[in-house]
Amino acid sequence: MLTALRCVIYRDLLLAMRRRADVLTALLFFVIVVSLFPLGVGPEANLLRTIAPGVIWVAALLASMLSLTRMFSADHADGTLEQMLLSAAPLGAIVIAKVIAHWLVSGLPLVLIAPILALQFDLNQSLLWVLTLSLLIGTPVLSLIGAIGAALTLGLRGGGILLSLLVLPLYVPVLIIGAGTVDIASAGLSAQAHFLVLGAFLVVAAVFAPWAVAAALRISAE
Amino acid sequence: MTGHNWTRASVNWFKYSSPQTFFPLAAKLVPWFGAAAALLCVAGLYIGFFVAPTDAQQGEAYRIIFIHVPAAWMSMFIYVVMAFWAGAGLVFNTRLSGMMASALAPSGALMTFIALWTGALWGKPTWGTWWVWDARLTSELILLFLYFGFMALQAAIDNPRRADKAGAVLALTGVVNIPIIYFSVQWWNTLHQGASVSLKSAPSMAATMFAGMIVMALGFWMYSIAAALLRVRCIILEREHRSDWVAQHMGTLK
Repeated sequence: MLTALRCVIYRDLLLAMRRRADVLTALLFFVIVVSLFPLGVGPEANLLRTIAPGVIWVAALLASMLSLTRMFSADHADGTLEQMLLSAAPLGAIVIAKVIAHWLVSGLPLVLIAPILALQFDLNQSLLWVLTLSLLIGTPVLSLIGAIGAALTLGLRGGGILLSLLVLPLYVPVLIIGAGTVDIASAGLSAQAHFLVLGAFLVVAAVFAPWAVAAALRISAE
Repeated sequence: MTGHNWTRASVNWFKYSSPQTFFPLAAKLVPWFGAAAALLCVAGLYIGFFVAPTDAQQGEAYRIIFIHVPAAWMSMFIYVVMAFWAGAGLVFNTRLSGMMASALAPSGALMTFIALWTGALWGKPTWGTWWVWDARLTSELILLFLYFGFMALQAAIDNPRRADKAGAVLALTGVVNIPIIYFSVQWWNTLHQGASVSLKSAPSMAATMFAGMIVMALGFWMYSIAAALLRVRCIILEREHRSDWVAQHMGTLK
């Protein structure tokens, strides 16, 4: 089972490295969306400091969602997915591997670049860490929930837009708690409770989402 | 009509789980539920508008709760019922369950919309604003998106069996998420008044107000059942249009 897990992660990462443009596009999208906000609301520093966590979180949400369609579609198109469904390794493990690979490719870069973007919004250093940590715990949850939507909309007309309709409402709790960590830390309070809730989301999603994704993939491949 | 021989021996609970037998049963039930809905809504509105006293703080504007609160209750309840049928269809692989789930979704979305709309109409005179980013309003809005997502997903899939199953996975994911969404939004911000009616304590409102609300809730309940049955009849006809009994049924209509 672990071999299958490692194999799928390695394969997906290799595929992503061969098509670096796809990965960079999502990252650039994240940077551009965040940079648009100061242009839209004005360069007033206090305002920017207030909206920074929300803006960065929403942009991360959208960027992570944008790359979701790629999670299974190529495998679906070339028949790899059917081989995965037929393979002896449990489908849940393969799904976990795909989600981990997706997060490494499209979640982790967002986490790493977020502090730099937050500097543009004049967040102070301690808040920078809080924001990065919240994204580090939160973005895997986005990948896990998003995988359900990606599996359900596999091979459908207008899959991308439909995917956003399915997935964004389910992202709401992560957004609220994730952006909330920075808000509460900037008020000088401890963000520990928020981090614990975010961690709880991650645990619950890691347990239930692969199971739902596996069911959705079987339905899509019927 | 072989079903009759079965029912005499023992009650066959699964008799009506087939679209063919459920179709005429639904036809018989719709007028009853429809009539009950009309009567209860008229009675409830009468109590609400003419019998219930004027609220000491909110004046006459509060009377919108006779529509608002039952609609809000139904909006959440229908989602759970819908997820139940969808889940039953996924587990037992019964066709009718999935059809029931798809038939319930538009009613649920309608109730959610009514709850939001009447809430806005009530908020303007009471809070002085059409919309606030308050916990309950926001979670109700997200519930509306969940209904839309469910309907959009089913509409995008041509194969009805796949549509049922995919919808079921989404509905079940949604039902797990609803409490999480509700509590996270509540933690985020709350302005809405606490629930006026709860099971634990006596309602903090006049008896006639409470009666009006219960009657209206029952009326909305009956309406939702009637609408869902009517809709499921259409879905059955559409999906079974190749079968003999539908051809026969359509033949008798001509």
